[in-house]
Amino acid sequence: MAKAFFIDTTLCTACRACQVACKQWHDLPAEETQNLGTHQNPPDLSDKTYKLVRMNERVIDGQLRWLFFPEQCRHCIEAPCLEALGDPAAIYRDPDTGAILYTRQTAQYDADAIIESCPYNIPRKGADGSVYKCDMCNDRVHNGLLPACVQACPTGAMNFGERDAMLEMANQRLAVVKAKYPQAMLLDPEYVSVIYLAAFPPENYHEFAIASRTPVGVTRHMALRKMVRPFAAALSRLG
Amino acid sequence: MTNHWIDLKNADVILIMGSNAAENHPISFKWVTEAQKNGATLINVDPRFTRTSSKADIYTSLRSGTDIAFLGGMIKYILDNQLYHEEYMLNYTNAAFIVGQGFGFKDGLFTGYDDKKRSYDNAKWAFELDDKGVPKKDSTLKNPRCVFNLLKAHYERYTPKLVSTVTGTPEDKLIEIYKTYGATGKPGKAATIMYAMGWTQHTVGVQNIRSMCMIQLLLGNMGVAGGGVNALRGESNVQGSTDQALLFHLLPGYLPMPSASIGSLAAYNEKFTPKSNDPRSANWWQNRPKYTVSLLKSFFGDKATADNDFGYGWLPKIDDGKPYSWLDIFDAMYAGKIRGFFAWGQNPACSGANSNKTRQAMAKLDWMVNVNLFDNETGSFWRGPGMNPADVKTEVFMLPACVSVEKEGSITNSGRWMQWRYEGPKPLGNSRPDGDIILELGLKLKELYAEGGTFPDAILNLKWDYMSGHRYDPHKVAKEINGYWLQDKTIGDVTYKAGTLVPSFALLQADGSTSAGNWLYTASYTEKGNMSARRGQEDAPNNIGLYPEFAWCWPVNRRIIYNRASCDPKGQPYNPDRWVVKWDAAAKKWTGDVPDGGWPPLQNPDGSPNEAGRYAFIMTKEGHGQIYGPGLKDGPFPEHYEPLECPIEKNLVNGQRMNPVAPVYGSDADAHLTCDPRFPYVGTTYRVSEHWQTGLMTRPQPWLMELQPQMFVEMSEELAKMRGIKNGERVLVSSARGEVQCTAMVTKRFKPFKIGGAVIHEVGIPWHFGWRWPESGAEESANLLTPSTGDPNTRIPESKAFMVNVTKL
Repeated sequence: MAKAFFIDTTLCTACRACQVACKQWHDLPAEETQNLGTHQNPPDLSDKTYKLVRMNERVIDGQLRWLFFPEQCRHCIEAPCLEALGDPAAIYRDPDTGAILYTRQTAQYDADAIIESCPYNIPRKGADGSVYKCDMCNDRVHNGLLPACVQACPTGAMNFGERDAMLEMANQRLAVVKAKYPQAMLLDPEYVSVIYLAAFPPENYHEFAIASRTPVGVTRHMALRKMVRPFAAALSRLG
Repeated sequence: MTNHWIDLKNADVILIMGSNAAENHPISFKWVTEAQKNGATLINVDPRFTRTSSKADIYTSLRSGTDIAFLGGMIKYILDNQLYHEEYMLNYTNAAFIVGQGFGFKDGLFTGYDDKKRSYDNAKWAFELDDKGVPKKDSTLKNPRCVFNLLKAHYERYTPKLVSTVTGTPEDKLIEIYKTYGATGKPGKAATIMYAMGWTQHTVGVQNIRSMCMIQLLLGNMGVAGGGVNALRGESNVQGSTDQALLFHLLPGYLPMPSASIGSLAAYNEKFTPKSNDPRSANWWQNRPKYTVSLLKSFFGDKATADNDFGYGWLPKIDDGKPYSWLDIFDAMYAGKIRGFFAWGQNPACSGANSNKTRQAMAKLDWMVNVNLFDNETGSFWRGPGMNPADVKTEVFMLPACVSVEKEGSITNSGRWMQWRYEGPKPLGNSRPDGDIILELGLKLKELYAEGGTFPDAILNLKWDYMSGHRYDPHKVAKEINGYWLQDKTIGDVTYKAGTLVPSFALLQADGSTSAGNWLYTASYTEKGNMSARRGQEDAPNNIGLYPEFAWCWPVNRRIIYNRASCDPKGQPYNPDRWVVKWDAAAKKWTGDVPDGGWPPLQNPDGSPNEAGRYAFIMTKEGHGQIYGPGLKDGPFPEHYEPLECPIEKNLVNGQRMNPVAPVYGSDADAHLTCDPRFPYVGTTYRVSEHWQTGLMTRPQPWLMELQPQMFVEMSEELAKMRGIKNGERVLVSSARGEVQCTAMVTKRFKPFKIGGAVIHEVGIPWHFGWRWPESGAEESANLLTPSTGDPNTRIPESKAFMVNVTKL
């Protein structure tokens, strides 16, 4: 049975232990950053940053909210990146965990096309030409450990387990949270293995919090179809 | 903490004020979250909307330095609306006590003020005593001189309107918070307070906390599950260091430091052993002589005998009335009165108020020993900004200490849990545990004093036998702190053998037959083993998260102190679902947590008085929680005073602008300017999740620097617009004492305040930076700005409210 995350943003305090734990487990270097007038840092995901807590100040119904969104790959049930590329040597799905995994073979393809195929704008190109993102700590999970980000979370915002259990937890929490936040919703729960609970409409958290808000302006299934052609062309070029 | 971290989950209301728990005590939010899931309301009051505020059910802001006004308003609201827990208040607090005629309050001053000495004679504030010497009480609360009525009269002025104009908090928010918090005065309800340096680092720091203690006593929230007054300590072992007396006015276990005029042990005991004439007051400190002698036996071993006052004469004595706090030490050092200095596990060049003065002061030393993990701004002060190494005579020695995970020993957390930890990796390179360094230092001193010197007895007679195989032995020290039987002793029908460990502080003796390095820790390491190393996973029968066999907690493993106050006078819990202790009348004993003494409750099951019962607050002389607190330096009731530097010319509450007894220093490095157009904005300092203390352990860590790379100043959009400052640009923040470059963070999370009709802006800066790292040297310490003043009781510096300017670079 596939695994899933449940990320309850209503419990996230943006301590960013998850962000650092991710770097630690994957032995990723720090980025040279500057303070850009926000606590959020680095400014974006990269080949060195697979997990990023996005922080946004919003006034909603006259009340100030500071919204935290611990962003990572959604490990889609039917992953557009995987299906568009069609090369299991570069992008494949672990049948045991459901993790969508990228290999160094992604360097053989057009990185921008892979990135654009993602309705959540997650993958990033590295200096070596291959494409990087969250790997669900698949090595930890196969050894009975929680993903590093989940292990580090102090409040229970980050959860991980069997998909059914996570969906059940998500729906239970949604029912509770709705009493306080009537607009609360789960973000694309049927499509993804990383299910977010948001208290407010998702665009307040991040442009790409849900798939329908991608720049291509279409549903993720439409996006998938549109991306197949350039990939096919790239493949044919590579012969 | 009177309670402990897990216990936060038992609260109905949590007030986070004077701390930013989500950011600075992130794990606490595990329990805050649990409480919220159980239906608790989280209230957060902070000048700035923080990550804590983002999780609060009710948030409001207040101007830094006005907490007493805010809380005084809450006291008035609780009294006006009769939200107090009357039975609790009458039985367990001093609300009904009659105050003597000497007490009075006028124009911001209590009686007994001496304006030349800037101090009070607090003997004026004593209770009225009956012919037996017991404070008089009026349980009908009709006597106008009873504490309850004096309290009412004192806070009559603190109307929501006045409070709002002082704090800048909107009136409707004040009322909403007062109402929500005050609702826990109902029996069976509990509210807790989580505070930290946001309350302590003020010229009214102690009285900030006093205000909250009074509220908790009025509402019956002390001693109960989910209640208490909870200080979130700033390091994992700050509680431990406090217990072991890392403070100038104390010996280990909160025994007072002797002063020069107290020439004998008898005089010391006479002065510091409280006497109560009320037979129902346990007056626990009457046992102080036992703890003092046991401590002296621990220090001096066989050399301490009844004939020589157990070595009392060898203890160092402070000069009468003279403070030796951080501020005073650096003031003396700046004046050239101190020749040598050990900076041990600290970074004074960045950590204390008015860092320019501190750094200049260190240049006047002959020598300094810096004991730390790495070189820091202190060890390298002589080559820091504004220093010419050729002009600095101070010789600096660096002793590399190993990091905590490389050594064995205990820490005591905020919840008073002593937890044993083991050595992980071996110390790196030539670094060594602090224990080894200090033991060898002591041995060397003994060697040198054996050759002669001034008053060698004090050093030569120290027992100093904590090594095994020439290395510091943490088990020997832990056992020494617990204490030993030094002679065979029979008490009741039990004989304790010499050389065995004392099982409880109730057995410590004043005759020299026991030792204890810290009486509060007696029972932590016994013949049954090292209690702090226990990792039992079972909860107590009351199932409120006490986990009594996980680690060990002082005193005597009592997880919630003052817990007998959680019960009615018959010993039955006010909250049967979250009970802490209860009296089993048939078995004649308390069950649940370790009770605050085994005496029966005040009443029998039929409501008749039980003369064997004792009052619930056993550590006070009178046995009652102190709504009226006559023992402090600045008054028995908290009163609002403005900080040393503030944005308004007059205190809007009374005729004294600042705390009349707060210390003010007079050197040329102690400039301060209040209500001055050159420094028009309130400044405050704080921490972030991503750095620790002065950043010594976090600034060289690239993953953490990635998250918080630079010094910043947070300010409102309104202030930024007025000053033409753009988000993310570098600016200069300055005070009367120094200046620091910062990156502007323009945010909706700071809002201007309306104070006394004027618009007042506040800005905030983190304190974690210093020139030594990052390598640019451009990210400096917030303490270059903070003033040399502080609380008159503790002398903690006022780092949380001062005046600054912000200009474009």
